[in-house]
Order: sequence, then C-alpha cells, then structure tokens
Amino acid sequence: MRYNEPSPLEQMIISYRFDLPNPASIDTYLANDGYVAIKKVLGMTPEAIIDELKVSSLRGRGGAGFPTGMKWSFVPRNTGKPTYVICNSDESEPGTCKDRLLMENDPHQLIEGMLIAGWTIKSNKGYIFIRGEYRYLIDIVDRAIAEAYQRGYLGKNILGSGWDFDLYTHTGAGAYECGEESALLESLEGKRGIPRLKPPFPAVVGAFQSPTILNNCETYSAIPWIFRNGGAAYAALGTPKNGGTRLVCVSGHVNKPGVYELPMGFNLLRIVNEVCGGVRNGKKLKAIIPGGSSSPVLRADECDIPYDFDSLAKAKTMAGSGGVVVLDEDTDIVAVALRTIKFYAHESCGWCIPCREGTNWLKKILSRYHEGFGDESDIDLIAELANNMLGRTFCALGDAAAMPTAGFVAKFRNEFEDYLKKSPRFQPAPELAVV
Amino acid sequence: MTFSPELEARFAKLLNSYPPGRQRSAVVPMLLYAQDEIGCVTQELVEEVAHRCGVTALQVDEVIGYYSMLHRKPLGKYHVQICTNIACQAVGAEDLWAHACKNLQLGNKEVSPDGLISLEEVECIGACAWAPAIQINYDFHHQVTPEKFDRLMQALADRTYSARPS
Repeated sequence: MRYNEPSPLEQMIISYRFDLPNPASIDTYLANDGYVAIKKVLGMTPEAIIDELKVSSLRGRGGAGFPTGMKWSFVPRNTGKPTYVICNSDESEPGTCKDRLLMENDPHQLIEGMLIAGWTIKSNKGYIFIRGEYRYLIDIVDRAIAEAYQRGYLGKNILGSGWDFDLYTHTGAGAYECGEESALLESLEGKRGIPRLKPPFPAVVGAFQSPTILNNCETYSAIPWIFRNGGAAYAALGTPKNGGTRLVCVSGHVNKPGVYELPMGFNLLRIVNEVCGGVRNGKKLKAIIPGGSSSPVLRADECDIPYDFDSLAKAKTMAGSGGVVVLDEDTDIVAVALRTIKFYAHESCGWCIPCREGTNWLKKILSRYHEGFGDESDIDLIAELANNMLGRTFCALGDAAAMPTAGFVAKFRNEFEDYLKKSPRFQPAPELAVV
Repeated sequence: MTFSPELEARFAKLLNSYPPGRQRSAVVPMLLYAQDEIGCVTQELVEEVAHRCGVTALQVDEVIGYYSMLHRKPLGKYHVQICTNIACQAVGAEDLWAHACKNLQLGNKEVSPDGLISLEEVECIGACAWAPAIQINYDFHHQVTPEKFDRLMQALADRTYSARPS
C-alpha cells in the first residue's frame, strides 16, 4: 500500500502498480507488463544491454549517482569465477524511505531488474540485502521469489534459455554502514560490516572474491521499464545525463510529506510548494536537506534548482538517496546539526580513525554548544574538524558526517553566533581566598 | 539447541543459499532470526550458530557488538523503538521520546520490571515521510502523536495490541 496520497504532478513509471489491487502478486505483475523485459533481454548480447543502459543515462539511486551502464561494463566476464548480482536494500540514510515501498508493492519489478543484471554477466546467484528492521518486507520478497520460481522466472533454464539463476534474501541486523557497498559485502559474508580498501571495486572483486554487480533497489526497479520502452525514452524523461524518474521522499515541515515519483530535474522548490502543498502552518522555508542527512544543507534562497545529480553537485551538495528534509523558519539548526552528527557517531564502524574520533569529537563539541556552553572559537573548530575528516577514510561515512556539519556552519553561521548570545555562557568557578 | 520447526526450516534454506564453503554468511541472519525466537543472543546460541556455520565461536561473537539489533540481554516482550533522527525530529520526535520515557518510566534500552516493554531510541527506521515513526518489534506505526503512543502502550498493557503495520 501507499502511505500517502499520490500527487497529480507525479510521472509514475516504476510506481504505477502501487495502486493496483494486490500489487505484490505475480499475477498483478504479469497482467501489467511484468516479465516482458526479461524475454526481450534474453535475446540480447551483454554489450547491447550495457549500451542500452548507457543510452538511458540511468544513474545509481543509492546515493553516489554512478552511471549504471558503466558500472556493469566494469565486470570482467572471463575470469572463470562465479559472478553475483546483489541488491542493496539496506536503506538507512536518514530521510529515505523509497525502497520500502518498492519491495512492499512491486517486488517482482525488482526481481526482473536483477534477472536482467544476472543475464548480462551470466551470473547464477543473486542476493537481496534487506535491512533487519524491514522484517515484513523479507516475508513479502520471499513470497515473490517463491512465486517467480513456480512460474519459471527463477531457477533452472529460465524461459528455455538454458541459463540458471537463483535469488535469495539476506537480512542485515541494524547497521547504517552496511549500506556502503564494500561493507555490505563484508556483512553478506558474515563479518562485521567494515569497508574494504578500494580498488579493487566490487565489480572486479566483490561478493566471495568474485565479480559482482551491486546496485540499489530503485536502480534495479527502473531497469525493466528501460528495456520495455527503450533507453532513449527513459533518458528523455529527465535532464541530460540524468535519465528517468526518481522516487523523492519528502519529509519534515510540509503539508503533504510523502514519497513521490518525479522526473529527474524537477524543480526543488516546486517539489515543496506544488507536490507537497507548501511549508506547513503557513511558515516560511528556512532550509532543505536535499539528499538524505549526508548532503550539505541548502538555504531557502538556494532551493530554486532542478532536482538532479548534476544540478545539486553544482550547488555543492548532492541528490544522494532522494531524501528531502524540509525545515521551516522555526527550526533550530544547531539542534539539527547535533542530531545529524549523533547519528554518524553512533553509526561509525570505528575502522578509520578520522571518522571514529572525528564524529565523536564533533558530537561532544556540538552537544556542549547546544547546551549553551559554547564559545566563539568553537564555530571555527567545528568547521575545521569537519574539513579535516573529508577524504581521509576508507568509505564515504566519514565524508557523509563531515559534509553536512561543515555545511550547517557555513550556511548558518549567524545562527551559531546567535546561540552564543542567548546561551548561559561558561562561568569560571569563583576563586577561593587562600586562608 | 533445538528451535521451532519453522526456524529449523528457515536455517536449512539459509545455509543452502550461499556458495559451497561460504556458510559463514548465514551467521548474522541466523543470530537475528534465533534471537526473535529465544529472546536474546546467549552464549549457547553463539556456540550453536558457530557449529552450524562451521566457524569458531569467536567469529560469531565478534559480530554481535557490531549490529545494533543483536542483544545479549533479553528485551521486553514488546520492544518499543522510537526514531528521533532528523526527519522525525523535525515533527516532534524528541518530545515523543521524552513523553515515552516519562510515561513508561524507562530510559534508553531499559526493560520494564514485568518484562513487558523495553524502550530504545533508534536511528532512522525508514518511515521519514510518515514521521514521527516508531516500531513495536517489527511493526511500523506512523505519525505517532503522544496520544496515539499512549493508546498503543495501553493496548500493550491490556494485551489487546494487534501486530499490524499502520
């Protein structure tokens, strides 16, 4: 089911089955373009499949926005090792709640996307890594997988092609870090989810030391549409180099928060004002966190931009995982910065020192600041500490913690300064007379 | 150790799903599924999982501290998890958390004396657009006001709570 009313401005190409009765069943899927793309793809060569994906300009929906066709082209096909297809449904980025809907309402679309990836690299095994909190989704996806086996879309000799593909679910157990691809692979192998040194990238040495395609749930879900309608049609929906649509998760101070499927490049202010009915209680917009809590904040005056990977990168932030958090004029930015860094301090795996120590120190300094015991030098200290973490860790978690923190200070320095005026400044203990 | 037939079937399927010699992969799912049945991760469970996956007990032990959903001590029958991350924070999750602590007389990760309810402040649970959100065991509850929270807690105390996502 959907948890919010759809908007008339939506362009539904991967979420249009959500409103059908019994959307997760294979019969609903088959009656609505289901498993059409895989039949077509089984007659295509890997090169043709990858070229079509490149034409579609589909980019990874997990956060980094890496071109999917290019990612698949990196997988070597003659190593003699088995290959794997893995779906990242660990969705833990604060502000993001789209994969949940895709698996709940259309698990077969995801399975078909993974089948296409499997055929491309002639893999025989795939795993859907679902975060532990989403237990009910594991049941839904397991049921869908069982249905697909029954109808011959999974298992031996799929649709008479002579190709076998098995698909399984795998649960995480509560770790944000496992959304990072190499940490996810460690977790899949039954270890602590700490990131691996890259290169080699998972395309070359991934799961079980073998070449692996690893994409986000939403990325796989978009692939069947691309092969039914053509890469060019998909690319045409978005802006140059940012093909298609994406599920934008809008939360925070808006009248109609929800998950909406919008074409790439949809104006960010229009998302707030037209799709989501504006800022709630008639308040003014203060800021938007555009792509999950890892993305640097945008001030209200910077929000009139197209919502796609390149436009947001130009604005020195990122579209990330599509989690848009809208903050109104009454929001305490220091409190938001503190909550954000508390999250990263909690989730840092402890592997790299700049991240392990940096997030904790930022948490300590911001906690003190928030309590009212900050002083002027703290503002620069926070920014300096954050900037010293950037790029000095194995994975992106250190950056993900540093970038928004530095962003809050840079964009809302005045609010940090105002905090000093209203706060109970530190009073040194009175000197006692020596007697 | 023996588990329910359903869990044994799940374990058999799980161990079969990884490539030959890669049964260590089943460690985390096994611990989590078993914890749901027996309440927490005991030393006996650690050794059982190690035995079944063909790894040492230490290799199982080392992952437990890493994953926040694995617990060495029993939780309440109903584990109430309140998200206070930014999307929920924006719409009052911190007040909800304070309200919950006060009304339940529990702090973070504490269990009520009768073992019925445990409380935990958690990170983003993936219900940002329908915040503030909580999870009771694995069930999502969306747009939870303090009043709605009290009604849910009353239902837990009265044993009239039905586990369905809302």
